[in-house]
Amino acid sequence: MVLPRWLLADRAGLVLLAVLAVISIGIPVLNLLVPPDHPLHLTAYTVTVLGKYLCYALLAVAIDLVWGYMGILSLGHAAFFALGGYCFGMYLMRQIGTRGVYGDPVLPDFMVFLNWQELPWYWHGFDLFWFAALMVLVVPGLLAFVFGWFAFRSRVSGVYLSIITQALTYALMLAFFRNEMGFGGNNGLTDFKDVLGFSLQANETRIVLFVLSALALAGGYLLCRWLVSTRLGRVLVAIRDSEDRARFLGYRVERVKALVFTLSAMLAGVAGALYVPQVGIINPGEFAPLNSIEAVIWVAVGGRGTLVGAVVGAVLVNYAKTWLTGALPEIWLFALGGLFVAVTLLLPRGLIGLLRRREATT
Amino acid sequence: MSELVSDLDGSGLRLRQESVDARHGILLYLEEVTVTFDGFKAIDNLSLYIGDGELRCIIGPNGAGKTTMMDIITGKTKPDSGRVFFGQTIDLLKLDEPAIARMGIGRKFQRPTVIEPLTVLENLELAMSGAKRFRGLITTRLSGEERDRIDAVLEKVGLTEHSGRLAGILAHGQKQWLEIGMLLMQEPRLLLVDEPVAGMTPAEMDRTAELLRSLAGSHSVVVVEHDMGFVRSIADQVTVLHQGRVLAEGRLEELQIDPMVIEVYLGAGDAYH
Repeated sequence: MVLPRWLLADRAGLVLLAVLAVISIGIPVLNLLVPPDHPLHLTAYTVTVLGKYLCYALLAVAIDLVWGYMGILSLGHAAFFALGGYCFGMYLMRQIGTRGVYGDPVLPDFMVFLNWQELPWYWHGFDLFWFAALMVLVVPGLLAFVFGWFAFRSRVSGVYLSIITQALTYALMLAFFRNEMGFGGNNGLTDFKDVLGFSLQANETRIVLFVLSALALAGGYLLCRWLVSTRLGRVLVAIRDSEDRARFLGYRVERVKALVFTLSAMLAGVAGALYVPQVGIINPGEFAPLNSIEAVIWVAVGGRGTLVGAVVGAVLVNYAKTWLTGALPEIWLFALGGLFVAVTLLLPRGLIGLLRRREATT
Repeated sequence: MSELVSDLDGSGLRLRQESVDARHGILLYLEEVTVTFDGFKAIDNLSLYIGDGELRCIIGPNGAGKTTMMDIITGKTKPDSGRVFFGQTIDLLKLDEPAIARMGIGRKFQRPTVIEPLTVLENLELAMSGAKRFRGLITTRLSGEERDRIDAVLEKVGLTEHSGRLAGILAHGQKQWLEIGMLLMQEPRLLLVDEPVAGMTPAEMDRTAELLRSLAGSHSVVVVEHDMGFVRSIADQVTVLHQGRVLAEGRLEELQIDPMVIEVYLGAGDAYH
């Protein structure tokens, strides 16, 4: 097989892709073929947790594209993740049909509970898989484009832009908390039954979702890696390091920013859409500003501007979170904050930067 | 959307096809330009003409309006009144920075501004005209013709052996030359160069003077500079700015004996040698 030059030069990326290939085969084997009483057996729960990490990793890659390469510190990317999740959650809600508590063939339970008589217009079409899948890209992408178009045209940048992105995700959280929005209020969307006819409780479905998450991560990674190795990628770096230079070279900086920001939001949306069927719920808590900040910390820990670092950071920090919130739940936020400070002070280039330095000195 | 995508460089097709008309020998016209910042007239009724292929030095004390003038020409600052034309037909006040850059006006900043994590070659590739349409950007390869253009510029600015090095590790003078090279990749008609020799060694200054002189003729070059020795070594025609307007214009030897110029500028202080 002949690999393009931009990929061959990316050794860390090849390692990542190889790892994804191995776990896409190995984890289904360990779950399906190894008997449950064997010590190497992986439970469906573990598979789902790992699948969740992969979704987070895709979100981190999306953030690294705009932050690491273009210098836009988005503290609202979880909003795009959540919107993708809600779009797919709406599809899953419509699949429940008469199996809901109230047995209404069209209306989800929470609408019946609110005495709504018919489906709001924006729920139409979400019974179709292809439509929901399309919206997973369109809704976050459109919001990012409109937001980016106005923010970047007004030359809002740096800390101010970060604050606005926080406000964006916070505003969405408040809106989604309202029952009148028609997205289930603070309970969100849950009690999903099946996807494309396959039960979400079934082991096999969970395995397929896991493998799809690995594929989506690999695809998102490849797309971003290719993009940053093109001339456009160098324009992004120019915008990050010297926006004026890029502008006086003749690049319409705000358009490049809006376009790449939109692409990044779409990737985040895909990550959210794969996340929801695995965790079984999406609620307005996903829009919480803290979620976006956490995702930025993953990227910082792994090493921004490397893409691979984003994946490493997302998986390691979330593994630590799963472990810590089980063992010592009250210290998690302190640990997270401390981690961010420590990485910023001691490892400005993240874990990947540390590895690269080792490599360079030996 | 398709227009948006194909127009990342910001120049509409209409403008691209319109070429600069310098038939009357004048490439850049600034006429009665005034800019006020919070009541302070940074540029006060300034009129200035730059000839086609001319090498012009602009000198003046701090606050004379030199950088503001560059900001106006390149679209960063819009004047309160006045006219700024590129050639006979192109009204620069109607264009923004990327569009003006694509019309053929390159600007070198005072502080060397190269993209440090990229190699010298990649910096030049970034600046290449014609590569800024969307389709041109979505590629990882250089065509033979593009490679030739980059090689020619590398040779011109004397960085051929350094093409694979990161711009961030170049010496100060080399960064300045790289930035001039980036302007050349844009194939400009007019180069605006802000204090190119600040912080350079005498040897670097000589090479820079040589480079700028070699560019005149095929390009118009406007150099803002404090260093009188350097100005003497490159330009015949010098404009003295003072308080946002042209105080005097002529050969440096004449200006140096002009009592008015001596009073506001040349005689003032010890900074000029």
